Amino acid sequence: MIHESIAATQAVVTLDVPLPDIFWGWFVTMNMWAKSIGTGLVFMLFLLMKKNPDEMKGLRTPTLIVSFVMMNVFLLFTLADLHQPFRMWHIFFYPHWTSAITVGAWMATVFVGLESLMIVVMLRKDKCLLTKNPTGFFDKLLFWVTLLAIPVTLYTAGIMAEATARELWQMSTESVQMILAATLSGSAAMILLGGSKLSDKTKQFFGAILGLSALMAFIIYMSEYIFGGMKSEEVIAILSNIKGDGEYATMFWVGQWVAYILPMLLIALARVSKSSNLLNLASILAIVGLWVVKHVWLVIPQLLSLS
Amino acid sequence: MQLGFLVDLHLCMGCKGCEIACKVENEVPLSTWRLRVKYVDVGAFPETKRTFTPLRCNHCENAPCERICPVSALHYIDNGIVNIDSERCIGCAGCVMACPYGAIYIDPETQTADKCTYCAHRVASSMMPACVVACPVEANIFGDLEDPTSNISMYIQDHRDVQVRKPEKGTNPHHFYVGASQVNLNPLASERVEGFSLFNKITHLPLGGHHE
Repeated sequence: MIHESIAATQAVVTLDVPLPDIFWGWFVTMNMWAKSIGTGLVFMLFLLMKKNPDEMKGLRTPTLIVSFVMMNVFLLFTLADLHQPFRMWHIFFYPHWTSAITVGAWMATVFVGLESLMIVVMLRKDKCLLTKNPTGFFDKLLFWVTLLAIPVTLYTAGIMAEATARELWQMSTESVQMILAATLSGSAAMILLGGSKLSDKTKQFFGAILGLSALMAFIIYMSEYIFGGMKSEEVIAILSNIKGDGEYATMFWVGQWVAYILPMLLIALARVSKSSNLLNLASILAIVGLWVVKHVWLVIPQLLSLS
Repeated sequence: MQLGFLVDLHLCMGCKGCEIACKVENEVPLSTWRLRVKYVDVGAFPETKRTFTPLRCNHCENAPCERICPVSALHYIDNGIVNIDSERCIGCAGCVMACPYGAIYIDPETQTADKCTYCAHRVASSMMPACVVACPVEANIFGDLEDPTSNISMYIQDHRDVQVRKPEKGTNPHHFYVGASQVNLNPLASERVEGFSLFNKITHLPLGGHHE
């Protein structure tokens, strides 16, 4: 390992330019976090439709509105993060299709457009010109929107993979993490949103999704934490920021506990005690913790000197 | 034609003439650099040695910045140069995140990405890049990699220790070094302690706004 050679060479940079600071900061964290909730809710609504359509009554429109709002939060922060936000239209008029950013922007736009259509159809049930059966139309469209939600969730992993300078982010692990973030936050949001409209059994079902998503995401993070350094020297250097007295070590573990470990424990307790309050607490913790986890993973590769 | 660059580090004396010429030619704003010369000291007193490494865009054949750019602001031109259209750039910083060499920056005046273009505007007028002209020891060698009689091709043929930065990234850089060690090319091979800039104590450059 080249880093170990420093003991022999005593090599030290004596004149260079300052390093650039964090480029993708908390605006991008907001982007990923809000998108996870937005797409995750669609996944959960689809699951509910397949599992117990009777309980969808009164949940179709509110769930989709919350998803729509979160998707717009995601788009807003995406736009705000651009140094030239007023040139956003270039993505649509000069698209470069090898870029996951372009593909994602187009898919997210179509996704939000379809969500808008579904909301309008449900809000104008009585005066809908498109269809005589708005609920049936909604449910049919939900299938296609759910399908589209998969690549919309995944494309951020594609961007991270294309950011080849950031060795930590690999497409395979990041895409799984994106889906898990969506199922974690989507199930958590569904539990909170469902309230009394969902039966205890259905809530426990979403609780199980939350708990399993937390478990799998936690396993992947721990695998990266323990074995990631075997991939490359850059990853060792990056992970040093969350190990020992690393700058982001505390934040990393706060995120792991709040997003994954505590919700897992609470879900287990809620299943034993059949407590909705514990489920709600687990949901809130998972949603809050996910932001912290995503932020740490976004920032640490940017601390590495590239030249 | 595929233009390439080679720096003979045996010759480079760290005068920073290339850095200044680049700044002047391309009106590179304060706090940003298209080309810079990094000094790394090796050894312990009295057995010490100073190394100089000019660092610029590598104009990769398989450029991650070009691939990730959502609007083709970063694009290839026929001579192999990875050029940038600042009028089209939306400032997403995807290229900054993708470049394994840290060669791209956001221009604080235009708020768009920018980098070394091998002085594409000069090359288009059959002139050498400004840094090549400024180098007092001809350590910068520029030319057509596809022409076996060009200076750069012959230099590569004549030297065994021709290297590129981070070959494992698969970017196929069109920028070569002769006489380089790990200390020159690998940022992990040297310590970067607080205050490495002689001019001030700035370690990280704040980008302003919400990017903190």
